[in-house]
Amino acid sequence: MSSNNDSKRSRRTFLKGTAAVATGLALAPGVRLLGVAQAKADDEAVTGAVRWGLLIDTAKCSDCDVCVEACHAENGVKDQGDPETTPQWIRKLMAKDKMTGHVVTLPMMCQHCEHPPCVDVCPTGASFRRADGIVLVDRHICIGCRYCMMACPYKARSFEHVDVTDQAPHAPRGKGTVESCTMCVHRVDKGREPACVEACNSTGQGAMVFGDLKDSTSSISMALAEHGGKQIRADLGLNTGVRYRGI
Amino acid sequence: MAKTKVKYLAVEGLPKGYLLLLGVLGLSTLIGVLSAHHMETEGHIITGMNNQIVWGLPHVFAVFLIVAASGALNIASISSVFKRPIYKPLARLSGVVAIALLVGGVMVLVLDLGRPDRLLVTITHVNPKSIFTWNIVLYSGFIGVVVVYLWMMMERKMNAYSRPVGIAAFIWRLVLTTGTGSIFGFLVARQGYDAAIYAPMFIVMSFAYGLAVFILILFAAYKATNRELGDKVVQRLAALLGIFSTGALFFVAVYHLTNLYATEHHGWDAFVLLGRNGGGVYATVFWLVQVILGSLVPIALVFSGLAHQSRKLLGLAAALVILGGFGQMYVTIIGGQAYPLVLFPGSEITSSFFDGVAGSYSPSIWEFLLGLGGFSLALAIVAFAVKILPFLPESLADSVVDPHHSD
Repeated sequence: MSSNNDSKRSRRTFLKGTAAVATGLALAPGVRLLGVAQAKADDEAVTGAVRWGLLIDTAKCSDCDVCVEACHAENGVKDQGDPETTPQWIRKLMAKDKMTGHVVTLPMMCQHCEHPPCVDVCPTGASFRRADGIVLVDRHICIGCRYCMMACPYKARSFEHVDVTDQAPHAPRGKGTVESCTMCVHRVDKGREPACVEACNSTGQGAMVFGDLKDSTSSISMALAEHGGKQIRADLGLNTGVRYRGI
Repeated sequence: MAKTKVKYLAVEGLPKGYLLLLGVLGLSTLIGVLSAHHMETEGHIITGMNNQIVWGLPHVFAVFLIVAASGALNIASISSVFKRPIYKPLARLSGVVAIALLVGGVMVLVLDLGRPDRLLVTITHVNPKSIFTWNIVLYSGFIGVVVVYLWMMMERKMNAYSRPVGIAAFIWRLVLTTGTGSIFGFLVARQGYDAAIYAPMFIVMSFAYGLAVFILILFAAYKATNRELGDKVVQRLAALLGIFSTGALFFVAVYHLTNLYATEHHGWDAFVLLGRNGGGVYATVFWLVQVILGSLVPIALVFSGLAHQSRKLLGLAAALVILGGFGQMYVTIIGGQAYPLVLFPGSEITSSFFDGVAGSYSPSIWEFLLGLGGFSLALAIVAFAVKILPFLPESLADSVVDPHHSD
């Protein structure tokens, strides 16, 4: 029994290593690897030992929207013709201070709150928060009541008003249900960064850092410790997983 | 003078007018269901709803009907809980109207879901923290409690239990409307919501809306069946309508005064009261429909004594209260969403996702037909119920309802 477990463990370790090497080869030069230990086998449970988060430096965020394009390409989110009903998992937002005229531009998406209002209000539990902090919608039990959209302070969610065709296999979506940023959970579980972060860094902007907020040695934790990072609508006490510098 | 015993009789015969009424209501309900089916097949793209205004006209109808349902039970509560005998003959109809309105409202709410076919998921997967979950329990339980209440009132052997069950039903309805108001009151994200006053405000509004619907149904039923409806009952109902409408307006005033005092909420109140920043339609509906036509005019009709003297004017007052109720729901539900989220206080926000601007909404015919279908179902249930069971007193003449009456 014990040797059986050992052999499973060693096989898993080997697979993780192989996956990490393959990922490393696939990544563009200059993109920081997350590290071998953070790739997760498909049958491995998500734990609360990590909390995934994003840090966005608005000083480095320009007028480009590569993060938006990368996200929507990655997750199969396409323009449906009507901007009022077309889903947006991430959007570029511009905030101009009314008194000073100071302008900040930043990407806005699900803030992956520790205490998400969308999860509180969902009657079926379709809106849920993984142990590692990623907030998701289980499209199989979403009844399309849109209460989560009423509750979200960030307007991070979209409702599918039409049939969805040509979906990305890792991001199932469906007419009559609600969807939002998944923090590219399918990539994160494989030890990769979210598509928006990868795209931002590949253009040299380097405005987005992804990592484990619970690991004091991770880039994101060290950057937060050194420079700080604010939450949008911090007054709501939601303890968001997405933090911003320069707001 | 001894009080005449109240006799309850089901509507007799099958007059053409009755069949026509049931046919029209049935057809309207069917059209509502077909509209919902069309919405589900084509997707919500055929509605006026979008990613800014996610709850549209169906919610206006549904929440109005559900709030009015709990208020319609008030007549029975005044009789059983507060021991006012003059309302006792009306208690059965009160219970029936309450159930019917709730069923109509829930029908609209359910059929407006993105996936109404998944309704059973709400039973197999439950999030106990969701107010929607509480409401599923509260709505189902309300129907159960009121059915038992009706049984206690209608079955002679069970009459002794009608008061305790009536008290239970009264408490249940208060909790139910608290739950409905809290759908909005507990939403922290939006400027128009996030206020504890929503629960008591919805309760007082329910008194007015439910009573208004009840009065019109009572008038229609007694006119159609040629039964006597005395002034004593009618004048009591008129006085109540005035008091409840005034109470509802008081809560609306306190809600807005609180907002006007807190600088944080000035933007929202400028939007909804003055029509600033794209809030024109909501300010118009608020002042014209909710406040003037829906509150001040009916209150004036009652307290001037006109509604006591003329049933037509009381009917008009009740109809205006209902109109005002729809206006209030439109302003609360649609206006509350249309006002943009405040992500960065003190900054102007722009994006490709309509941040920082008022959400636009033009209701589609399908949404209206679904809402109307729910209303029609409610009225059809009442029409059917009074036909098959003795809910309506044979007479509501003054001598029947008032033990102290003397001609």
